[in-house]
Amino acid sequence: MTGGSSALDAGAAGGLSEVPPGPPPESRLANALAASHVGDRAYTVVTTAFAAFVPLLLILIGVAIIVAAWPAISTFGLGFITSSEWDVRAGKFGAAPALFGTIVSSIIALALATPFALGSAIFLSEFAPNWLKQPVGFLVDLLAAIPSVVYGLWGIFVLVPLLREHVMPFFRDTLHLGSTPFFSGPAYGPSMLAAGVLLAVMVLPYISAVSREVLRAVPRAQREAALALGATKWEMIRDAVIPAAKSGIVGGIILGLGRALGETMAVTMVIGNRPEISASLLAPGYSMASLIANEFSEATNDMHVAALMAVGALLFLITIVVNAIARWLVWSVSMKGEK
Amino acid sequence: MSKSPGFFSAESNRKRRAAANGVMVTLTYVAAAVATLPLIFILFHLIKLGATSINPDFFIRMPQPVGEAGGGMANAIVGTLILISIAAAMGLPIGIGAGLYLADRKGSRLANVVRFLSDVMNGLPSIVMGIFAWELLVVPIGHFSALAGGVALGAMMIPLVTRTTEEMIATVPNTLREAALALGYQKWRTSLGVVLRTAMPGIVTGALVAVARVAGETAPLLFTAFGNHFWSTSLDKPIAALPLQIFTYAISPYDEWHSLAWAGALVLIAMVLVISIAARYVTRSRYGVAAD
Repeated sequence: MTGGSSALDAGAAGGLSEVPPGPPPESRLANALAASHVGDRAYTVVTTAFAAFVPLLLILIGVAIIVAAWPAISTFGLGFITSSEWDVRAGKFGAAPALFGTIVSSIIALALATPFALGSAIFLSEFAPNWLKQPVGFLVDLLAAIPSVVYGLWGIFVLVPLLREHVMPFFRDTLHLGSTPFFSGPAYGPSMLAAGVLLAVMVLPYISAVSREVLRAVPRAQREAALALGATKWEMIRDAVIPAAKSGIVGGIILGLGRALGETMAVTMVIGNRPEISASLLAPGYSMASLIANEFSEATNDMHVAALMAVGALLFLITIVVNAIARWLVWSVSMKGEK
Repeated sequence: MSKSPGFFSAESNRKRRAAANGVMVTLTYVAAAVATLPLIFILFHLIKLGATSINPDFFIRMPQPVGEAGGGMANAIVGTLILISIAAAMGLPIGIGAGLYLADRKGSRLANVVRFLSDVMNGLPSIVMGIFAWELLVVPIGHFSALAGGVALGAMMIPLVTRTTEEMIATVPNTLREAALALGYQKWRTSLGVVLRTAMPGIVTGALVAVARVAGETAPLLFTAFGNHFWSTSLDKPIAALPLQIFTYAISPYDEWHSLAWAGALVLIAMVLVISIAARYVTRSRYGVAAD
């Protein structure tokens, strides 16, 4: 320690080296306390301000969107949600087809993604050997890191042709489902089905990650108790693990729903962008986010822009509610696990 | 009384249960295998269709008009870097500061509200952030700008960084904090000099994950950065971005633009994956695999 100037020494020197010859202990203590008050107070003020900025930002976002959407909201009122007429030239704007498309594509996505997400989560938390846990979990998690526009690109050039040439004819002709409304009409390719399948891939990592987390929060003793009673591994999962994690898993699925509802680019690229309500999954549709993304750059008159912003406001409200419910459910489980 | 012994002997019952167990366990294996397939497919197609168009020109040349061979995405790559920088300059300090607050005042009412709202905001569609920045910075000023794009992305980063910072600080042992306080460190110096420093690798990870996430965002940029076919580094003008350029090229009817879109996507995903893997490596080497 010849140099004697490591960071810790330098830090300590300021406070301690002056101690012996200084003023009486009481006033030194008072000075130190006063100094710490200034530093601590500044630190508290700054971090509190940054923390308070988060709710403020959410309020700002909400206000900005409602201000932008106000001309449309005040003109159309609730009819905006129920009307299915979206005619820019006639100045008629109804968001029903987009709302319908958003909900249908998200439901398809959840129906397809949930079994695989849940299965992979159970595999990873209960069965996977240690050497497989990391890489498989990593591969699933990485799906969440792929940008939306890359999914869209893959959707346009790989998924849509695959659906058009193989999957759609299979459902319509081979399984003879063409006579039902759900698979009727020509198979263009870009469709509600394509959007749903692509969204399924995109929400899978979210549902899987949350499920894994809540399954892990289930106490070990619960599993051991079930096994000690003679349950098979599957019975243990069905009767002892899943019931305890149920609301968290539902939370994860709703979180995935939130993702699916607001997904923009990938959906815009494969859903077909046609403002019509059709029961057929093979028909093109629209989602709220894709409607905004697709028409914003072409929107020249003010009411058209305001109508798009009103769609955005609707999307904002729906996703806030959905996410709040999801978070609350996930938290209720992980809190229990911590106790 | 539902399982009356007359119908099922103990032996057949045991077999049935074992069979059900085997089927269900196998199904979870299958589900896990299927869940990894999309990533493998996507990476396969990206490399197959994108790699041929990647050459030095791609990184240093400007986009060419339709019909002219060659050309690159230099402006889009630089634009994305500029947008990420603005976003990080805005999102990281606020996010880390808010995260520190959450860790310091775990149970306070504001902390609970901020924690909950951060999670809710993390689930907000990115397009909503775009509308926000558009109303705030594009409408009043009258034109699209790189700054507005950066602010939209920065707003997305804040809740993300807030939560990861808090989580990483929670992994710092409390004894460390107590030791610093016992040595006479003031609270703020304990927080910044000891706790934050110890949690730094984790916070860097969180920052990298947030950067990787916003780097690939397209939707918010439609309303803000807007894209630009020419070279521009001005914060006050529309700016090109890699994801926007991929989108434009992908929905165009031209084959050569399609292959540029694939090449751009490959570059974008390489950026994102390198950042994500680096982020994993930073935390893993610090806390070990056991943390998972």
